[in-house]
Parts: sequence; structure tokens; C-alpha cells
Amino acid sequence: MAPALQGLLTIVIGISVCVGYFFGSNLLLDTLFPPRGPKAGRNTNIANLIRPWLFLFPALFALGLYLMYPVVETMRLSLTSRVPGGGYEWIGLANYIQMFQEPKFWEAMGNNLLWLLVVPGMSTVFGLLAAQLTDRISWGSIAKSIIFMPMAISFVGASVIWKLVYDARPEGQEQIGILNAFVVWLGGTPETWLTIPFWNNFFLMVVLIWIQSGFAMVILSAALRGIPEETVEAAIIDGANPLQIFFKIKVPQIRSTIMVVWTTITVIVLKIFDIVFAMTNGQWGTQVLANYMYDKLFIARDWGVGSASAIVIMVLVLPILVWNVRNARREMN
Amino acid sequence: MNNIAGNKPALVWLTHLSVAFMVILWILPTLGLFVSSFRNADQIAGSGWWRALFPTEQTLTLRTAPADTQVQEGDLYVIDGNIFEDAGENAPETLSTWGTSSRDVAAYVPGDTAELRDGSTLTVEADGSYHQESTQPIEGSRGQRVFVTGSVPPSLTFENYDRVLFSGSSTDGMQRAFFNTLTVTIPATVIPILVAAFAAYALAWMDFKGRALLIAAIVALLVVPLQLALIPLLKLHLNIGIGKGYMGVWLAHTGFGLPMAVYLLRNYIAGLPRDIIENARVDGATEFQIFTRIILPLSFPALASFAIFQFLWTWNDLLVAKVFLIDASGQTTVMTAQIVELMGTRGGDWEILATAAFVSIAVPLFVFFFMQKYLVRGLLAGSVK
Repeated sequence: MAPALQGLLTIVIGISVCVGYFFGSNLLLDTLFPPRGPKAGRNTNIANLIRPWLFLFPALFALGLYLMYPVVETMRLSLTSRVPGGGYEWIGLANYIQMFQEPKFWEAMGNNLLWLLVVPGMSTVFGLLAAQLTDRISWGSIAKSIIFMPMAISFVGASVIWKLVYDARPEGQEQIGILNAFVVWLGGTPETWLTIPFWNNFFLMVVLIWIQSGFAMVILSAALRGIPEETVEAAIIDGANPLQIFFKIKVPQIRSTIMVVWTTITVIVLKIFDIVFAMTNGQWGTQVLANYMYDKLFIARDWGVGSASAIVIMVLVLPILVWNVRNARREMN
Repeated sequence: MNNIAGNKPALVWLTHLSVAFMVILWILPTLGLFVSSFRNADQIAGSGWWRALFPTEQTLTLRTAPADTQVQEGDLYVIDGNIFEDAGENAPETLSTWGTSSRDVAAYVPGDTAELRDGSTLTVEADGSYHQESTQPIEGSRGQRVFVTGSVPPSLTFENYDRVLFSGSSTDGMQRAFFNTLTVTIPATVIPILVAAFAAYALAWMDFKGRALLIAAIVALLVVPLQLALIPLLKLHLNIGIGKGYMGVWLAHTGFGLPMAVYLLRNYIAGLPRDIIENARVDGATEFQIFTRIILPLSFPALASFAIFQFLWTWNDLLVAKVFLIDASGQTTVMTAQIVELMGTRGGDWEILATAAFVSIAVPLFVFFFMQKYLVRGLLAGSVK
């Protein structure tokens, strides 16, 4: 069967099953405990007790199977090793110890740390700058659209785009990468940017900053517009200059939104895979955790160490997870 | 009032300039790829894309007519012709220098006569006409190689798109990958919406024990890296017989998209006016009726927001497709994977790479520009406050 047809069929079947389940299960509940007759009150109470779980069941099942179970299973895999001929044996922390002895792992850790220090911060700063400046000019919405646009582009597409920017030809030839053309125009010599140790990490980070600044701008722009006018007016009357208004009046009032943007981008950075995979595949000292994990899982086929590195990513995400949950709970109360 | 402080002309100018600078910086990389996708290989290698609209100085490798076109004039063997005929559409108007050796492509100016290795002489004029003569019959099946440097007028071509979209070539062609991506994307966008909407309604408007805990769990699952799910789920799919294929990738995308879907929709549905729902309950509507007749239509903006998100995410995804879909046969490759492949095998062929990338970028960009409103709304509702 043609995949397209299979897809269409899946949509139809998927939706019918969903609708059928929700409709049927509710109908069944209403037939078993009719909200009328002598026991109407008791029946309604019982039905109200069961119904939420009917609504929730498919989502909870999928979440449990596709997100909760894998966390536990990955944890277990990271503590076991495959025995030839099938089955697993418990080997305690041996996978972790092996991983911690690999220089490539520490290179990935170090680089991820570098990404964490640079990308969320720079994206937030550019986003804040763009939000503040575009709000004050007539063609601001067009400018916003353009800065926001990379959000729609895939990491792979962005990698191709930036590989052309970084393209290098031998000295003396016509440069077709705009960065090298600019360097040559200034009188410098062309470089193969993606192979310069240490600094090449920053050239990869630029790609993610370019993508995420638009996200930061959109969120922060909404927050800036939500600032009460009176606070700004009062500051103007007191003679504050624009810089003071921005840093002392506006920024403190949107601090929680800045944190949201920061943590969201931090999580994205911890999971960053496609850009590194497509542009350098971790060569020349640009390895990151997610790509290290991919190498272990699917190239070296070492599920133990691969799972251990996935757990490392999870542990790094954990503080943000806890922080998010606490914030969400505070918001609801 | 906001603008009073910024009304000084110098500051206004500075604002305009900084925004203009940032916009240019942000659009240049994409523009470069876009322009490159309309140029042929010689043009891309010959000059930067920013020169695409100006005449460029290019060095072309051309050949004179083959030896079998020679005519005998007295005791001389002669070939006459125009060297630009070999360049086709890409021909320069005039040439400034020419040469016969790749080590010195600019050895002669128009009108000079070069002595060739076989003893014949070659004269090339500025308009491209040449005259080759020899006392011996000219030999060799192909004509003499001539390097010509001249100013080529700007020209753009759809050739690359034709090759990438319609040639059917298995290495360069994106046709199959395009439809594969579409096949992955649509069910993976539609199915989570319905599942999530019911759950979101229960979490927003039904009272039951453990509701707060479930909401907290959803918020927690929002940030769980999907890297953790790869091996356990692949094992699961292989064990229950789904294996690698579309079904697996649809299920995986549904599972991974659900936390965002439930979170976004719950926030929106919880914000609907209480009166409407309570009135409907008083009037005797069942919960199922309330959901389908009131909640779903009212939540359209949130549903649209999530649909756009999930569409962009599944369209642009590489990792999930690589793990759950693409098998050794390569029949089910998606565009992102195909592009990474092209980057490896044809890293220097920018005309193919740029065009392939742009084919995959075009659809999300289209969605982006026409539904930006919903995307922005979704982002604002979807980030954890």
C-alpha cells in the first residue's frame, strides 16, 4: 500500500477510534449510571467520579508509554549490559565508569557547558533588544517577522544556510561564503571556520542563537507591552533617561518572563543534536552530549553507555524541571 | 507616553539603524541560500551570491570545434568558429583574457596568437571568434581546451529546482523525501490534537482527586528529553511488531507532542468563561456534549496554535525520523535526513544542496508567514510561566 494512502487511512482510523472511544465510553457510563430515576443523585456522583478518567485515559496511556516508561527503562539499561545470545546482566555503575573515562564524553560535557553559558544568554539579550527596539518604530512588525522567521526553519535547513555562510575557498580564490568574503575584504586571510579548535563551537552556537532570538523576542515583547504605563510615566516625570527606564523600570518588571525564556532555551541547548550532527558531526572538538549519545546508541551500538549518557542529559534538565513544576503549582494556587 | 523619552531625533535614528542592522544580519544567511538555489554551479563557484544581480568576471573552460570540422585552405588546415558557442546560455559578452593551460588561464589578451603543443596556432578575438591553423592535419577527437575569462551577464535559472523536484534521480531528487515527510507530518499532527483536547478539558473543568498532581506531571514531562525515549521505544516497537516504519514514527510523534498539546490546550480551556459551561450543565447537557458543542469550537485558536507547532516540529524533525522510521532500504527517508546525506556526499555542490534545503524550508516558511498570529499566540500560551 502506498504510504500516503496508509497515512490517510491512519488519520481516518485514528480519529474514528478516538471519537468512537470517547463517545462510546461516555454513552456506556450514562447507561450504567443514568442521571435520572430513583438513584439519580447517587448515579451522578459515581459518573462524575469515573468520567474524568475516561477523558484522560488515552492521553495518560500515551504519556505513560512514550515518556514515563522510557525514563525508567533507560535508567535500567544504563545499569545493565547486553549478554551475547540475548538477555541482560546487572553491572551496576560500570557503564558510567566507562563513560567517565572517555575523553570524548568530557569534551561533550565541556562543550555543552559552553553552549549553556553562551546560547541562552545571547538569545535572551538579542531577543530583549529586538523586542524593545521594534516596539518603537513604524516598520517594527516587519522587522519582527524577519527576526522571528528562523524559528520556522529546521535545524538541518539552518545548518545548510550557515554552512554556506562559513564556506571557505583557498586563499586567492574568489570566496563564496559571505563571512570569508567579508574577512578578505577587510584584508584578512580566509579561514575554515568550522575546523578551528575551540572557536568552532561558537560558530555552531551562532546558528542556534540566530534561531532562538526570535522566540525570545516574541515572548519578551508581549511582556514589555504588559508593563503598566504608570511606572514608565512616573520615571519619565522623575527625569529618568531611556537607558535608566529600560534597565531600572522595565527589565525588573519582566524578570520572571526573562527567566522563562532563559530556561526554555537552556532545555533546548541541552538537547541540541541536529546542528552539530549536520555541520561537524562532533569532529574537530565540537562534540555535544546528544550527539555523543547518538554515536553510542546507533554507531557503536553500545546501549549501556548510550543510556548512561541519556541519563546525564536528564539529570542536567532536572533542576529546570523542578523549577517549572514549582512555578506552575504556585501559579495555580 | 512610552515614546516621550525616545523622541530625541538622534535616538530615533539610532533605533532605526540598529533594527535595520539586526534585520539585515538575520536575513542575509537565508537570502544567500535562496539566491544560490537559482544559480548554476559555475556561477556559484565563480562569484559570491551577493553578486548574482551584477555581471561577473568568470573563467570558463571551453573547447574549440573538434578536428573533423577542419577545412584545407592551400597547404594550411584551418578551423574557424566562435568559442562562446560551447558555453551555451552562460556565455560572456566579450572576453578580457584567455589561455590554453590551466596553470596560466590569463596568458593572452584578445588578438594574441598562441602556439599549441601540436604545432598549430590559435588566435582568439574579444568577441569569441577564433582561428586555428596548422601545416599538418589537426588531430584529436575533441577540440582544443581554451580558458576564457570574461564578464558574464547575470542570469537566474530554475534548472536546479527542475533537477531536485522532477528529475526522479535517487541521489539528488527530493520528490520522494518530500512526500515521505508529508506522510509523516499529517497524521502526527492530527491525532494528538483530539487525544489532548479531551484530556485538557478534564484537567481544566472536571473536579477529581489528583488533578493538581497530573497537571504538575504534564509540566514535568514538557522538558523530559526525548533522547531518553529512543532505545526503550525502539525496542518496544520491534517487540510488538511495528518495527521501523510510518506507524512507529506516528506513534512516537504523538507521544512526544502530547505534553505540549495538553498543557497548551488546558491553559486555554481553563480560561474560557465559567458561565457558559455552568449554564450548559444546568441545562442538562452531558459532559460529552459540552465538550463537542462548546469547548471544541471555542478552543479553535488554541487548537490551531498547537497544530502549527506540531506541524513545524514534525516537518523539521531529524532525530525521531532517523530512529523510528528510516530503515536500511532508504525508501522512507525524509527531507531532513536526505539533506544531511547530501551534505556528506555532495558537500561542494551548492546548487543541489541549496535547492534541496530550500524545498524543505519553503513549506514551513509558508505556514509561518500565513499563520504567524496563531504561532505567536501558541508560544505565549505554551511557555511555562
